[in-house]
Amino acid sequence: MRLKPSNFGLGEYGMVLALIGLCVLFSVLTLNRQSGEGIAAERELTKVVLDQFPADRAVLVVGAENTSSATMAENVYASVVSANRENVRLVVGGPRDLRDALDELVAESGGLAGIVTGGDASKWLVLEQIEQNYPAFDSFKIVVPSERLWPDFLKASNLLAIVERIVVIAIIAIGMTMVIITAGIDLSVGSLIALSAVIGATVVKHMGGPEASGWAVVLGFFAGTISCGLIGMFAGGLVSRFKVAAFIVTLGIMMMARGLAFMTTGGFSIDQVPDSFVWLAQGRLWGIPNTVILLAVVYSIAHVFMSHTRYGRYIYAVGGNAEAARLTGVPVGTVIVLVYTVSGLAAGLGGCLQASLVRAAAPNMANMYELYVIAAVVVGGTSLSGGSGRMFGTLIGAFIIAVIQNGMNLLGIKSYAQMFTLGAVIVLAVLLDKARQNGGFRRLLRGG
Amino acid sequence: MPATVADSRTPVLEMKEIVKTFPGVKALKGVSLKLQKGEALGLVGENGAGKSTLIKTLGGVHLPESGEIRVGGQCVSLTTPSVSQSRGIAIIYQEFNLAPNLTASENLFLGKEVTRHGFINHSREEDLTRELFHRLGMDIDPRAKCRDLTVAEQQTVEIARALAADAQIIVMDEPTAALSKQEVDKLLAIIEDLKREGISIIYISHRLEEVFAIADRITVLRDGESVGESATADVSKNQLIEWMVGRPMEEEFPKRKVDRGPVCLKVEGLSRGRAVQDVSFELREGEVLGLAGLVGSGRTETARLLFGADPADSGSIFLKGAKIDLGNPRDSIERGICLLTEDRKEQGLILIHSSVENFGLPNLKEFQKNVFIDQGTEVDAFKGYVNSLKIRLSNPSRKVGELSGGNQQKVVLAKWLQRNADIFIFDEPTRGIDVGAKYEIYLLINQLVKGGKSVLLISSELPEVIGMSDRIIVMKEGRIQGEVNDAQRASQEEVLELALGEQVLAK
Repeated sequence: MRLKPSNFGLGEYGMVLALIGLCVLFSVLTLNRQSGEGIAAERELTKVVLDQFPADRAVLVVGAENTSSATMAENVYASVVSANRENVRLVVGGPRDLRDALDELVAESGGLAGIVTGGDASKWLVLEQIEQNYPAFDSFKIVVPSERLWPDFLKASNLLAIVERIVVIAIIAIGMTMVIITAGIDLSVGSLIALSAVIGATVVKHMGGPEASGWAVVLGFFAGTISCGLIGMFAGGLVSRFKVAAFIVTLGIMMMARGLAFMTTGGFSIDQVPDSFVWLAQGRLWGIPNTVILLAVVYSIAHVFMSHTRYGRYIYAVGGNAEAARLTGVPVGTVIVLVYTVSGLAAGLGGCLQASLVRAAAPNMANMYELYVIAAVVVGGTSLSGGSGRMFGTLIGAFIIAVIQNGMNLLGIKSYAQMFTLGAVIVLAVLLDKARQNGGFRRLLRGG
Repeated sequence: MPATVADSRTPVLEMKEIVKTFPGVKALKGVSLKLQKGEALGLVGENGAGKSTLIKTLGGVHLPESGEIRVGGQCVSLTTPSVSQSRGIAIIYQEFNLAPNLTASENLFLGKEVTRHGFINHSREEDLTRELFHRLGMDIDPRAKCRDLTVAEQQTVEIARALAADAQIIVMDEPTAALSKQEVDKLLAIIEDLKREGISIIYISHRLEEVFAIADRITVLRDGESVGESATADVSKNQLIEWMVGRPMEEEFPKRKVDRGPVCLKVEGLSRGRAVQDVSFELREGEVLGLAGLVGSGRTETARLLFGADPADSGSIFLKGAKIDLGNPRDSIERGICLLTEDRKEQGLILIHSSVENFGLPNLKEFQKNVFIDQGTEVDAFKGYVNSLKIRLSNPSRKVGELSGGNQQKVVLAKWLQRNADIFIFDEPTRGIDVGAKYEIYLLINQLVKGGKSVLLISSELPEVIGMSDRIIVMKEGRIQGEVNDAQRASQEEVLELALGEQVLAK
């Protein structure tokens, strides 16, 4: 007799495989020549400067502001200077800055050994026209890092874009997974995103607007999240106490919350916010984007909660058979209130993130998000009839949706076709899941 | 060809060497049976013997790998339920296939509605339904919604539906599991009528008395094989049981010798609506108290009040002398009362979860370290019960819904034993459980009372209540009708008289 780890079933392997397959597909389809960047490229440029450029003339290290080429230029400059190479100048900015630097060099009547650059800066027109415009310089070189073949899909900036695209949905999907495992549904989360965002932004607005302190932002986000948690608790109370269908209760709350969001701002959006407002979703901690850290932390907590704690097991039991659970001593009412509260809190946190991502809060934001959230949960293998489902399945489901959207964007597929494809994928995922449960497609087609 | 008279007739149904395998299990290893016109064939065997699989091949749910099915001498391939129906085969499963919100007549003609000008002709359907009910000797309103009908009435609707479809072969799977004694008698009378009309019946039941009463011949299945076949007149009950379990049977109810202790539970004036009225009794340590009565007499309702599953209107409960008020099952479990519900599938277990998860559910606090559940301890504890209760399962993480009825009941028992309950309320503990497993459940009940626990035993099977209880209280229409103090010496008639509230036998 052995105990198979039942919390990682065939379905999730299938989902992981599907996600990997999609990533491979989009990587192959978006394979492209990329100008070099990163540490290897920086080493290459540093070596060129030190070995090939004569030391008696000046070297310009050029990067375009706010792009990866700026970072590269700064790093190359630093390592060249630390190797005691003199007469090196760092130019980070626009084409005009480069022209100024060249003019300055002419004015000093110094010679030019060469220019190293990369990325966007290497495409500036100024670079091509140096020979015509600055006949004073002779025998100089312009060096860019060697190109390499790399998929657009797998570029760091694109991967981060995927995370930013999905983080709000993925976090709300945690609460939704719990709700759906109890055989319920929560349609209010999309509206709660907007409500939480406008509550947060309104607090910040009243505490100084663009000049508000970081603490005001924290307080605002806290207020938004807690308000949504309380609304979720109210919904759970209605569902458990009065046995009203969750669909109806949360449909009502969906409309009420959206109305409250409009009433809070008088219908306008709020974008008078301080810089610290965007830290939550756009900042980094130890060089890792906050969104990535947040996803990892909340999903780990949710997973441990669901599979290793008493109330996690109670949630599955209530969805599996509420009456049997009650007669076995499970506090069914408490469990139901709990999952809707968590769903509300998650939606509230999602609202703060969304506001932070777009640097504004609008009462009409996150329209129809509840459907994307439900889609993520269902694609992740959680059954709408309750009693089964896994947190990491939901995370994978969310990423499958995001990767499909992102991949289609990169391939230049029109948004209408995207919408169609995404819908088809959701239907297919559910069919696959059904087939898995029933033991094969043939059985499913026979209706057995 | 030397043939007897009986053999010379073409059987209406013949199944030859039917083989059906599921992944990892050979459910049927070559089963054969014959059914003559107007004959009732009793099909018996323990759970897992292959009876359900066999009738599902007949119903077009499972397609056998090999073997031959002949209907009226003609070889047929029953690929779907509708093909099976078109061949005149009707199967009445244990769980009825009725739409609860439709009326009796709507259910009867579901899928083959009587129409006029393209619209359903309701009045014609109702007339036909009334006619069929009359033929079956039942007085049911064709317009009554099925969810409002009793189990026996719903069964009549199923039988009428088979007749409406012009079925020549009717298969009944455990038709009496939820019926009272009179209802069973009524059903057996209906079957006799059907036989006379030339309809053939396959009757599957665990209750051998009924099989003996109704069947002309009996076929016994064990482990997917037909191990015995005989005319009913030529076979004894003991012989049948021996075929079923593969060994000679000991006595039906195991004996025990236990000294009863002090009163541990006292109930006074417990009432809830009309279902339970002014019920009072005492339960001692080390005692099995039988609670008998017809279906609907308020036995289950009383048990649910005791357990706190429903709120009581009035009455008081004393546990070891102290008055308690039972609000909900959680409190009751905390106080050491547990209920093994009559309906394991709907109320006792979460079928889509594993047996170990079901076992752990009320005991999670105990298996908790800090805030996390120690799954190792949980599984080890469960394995202990797998051994001591002889639960047969290949893997504790398999869904409990895949286990047989007896093993499911043992999983329920294991979870309450681990909870260290003192008072066990068994509601129909052996319903749908085969002979061998029944005996094991009886042994476990005896072990419980030997360990000083108390048992309240509710059962519709009079021999079981009489054979297992120390005392019996009998309910009728929500009230306690009487008490039998020495159950060992009670007769079935005595208990039945109390349950019916009238003299059944002239003394």
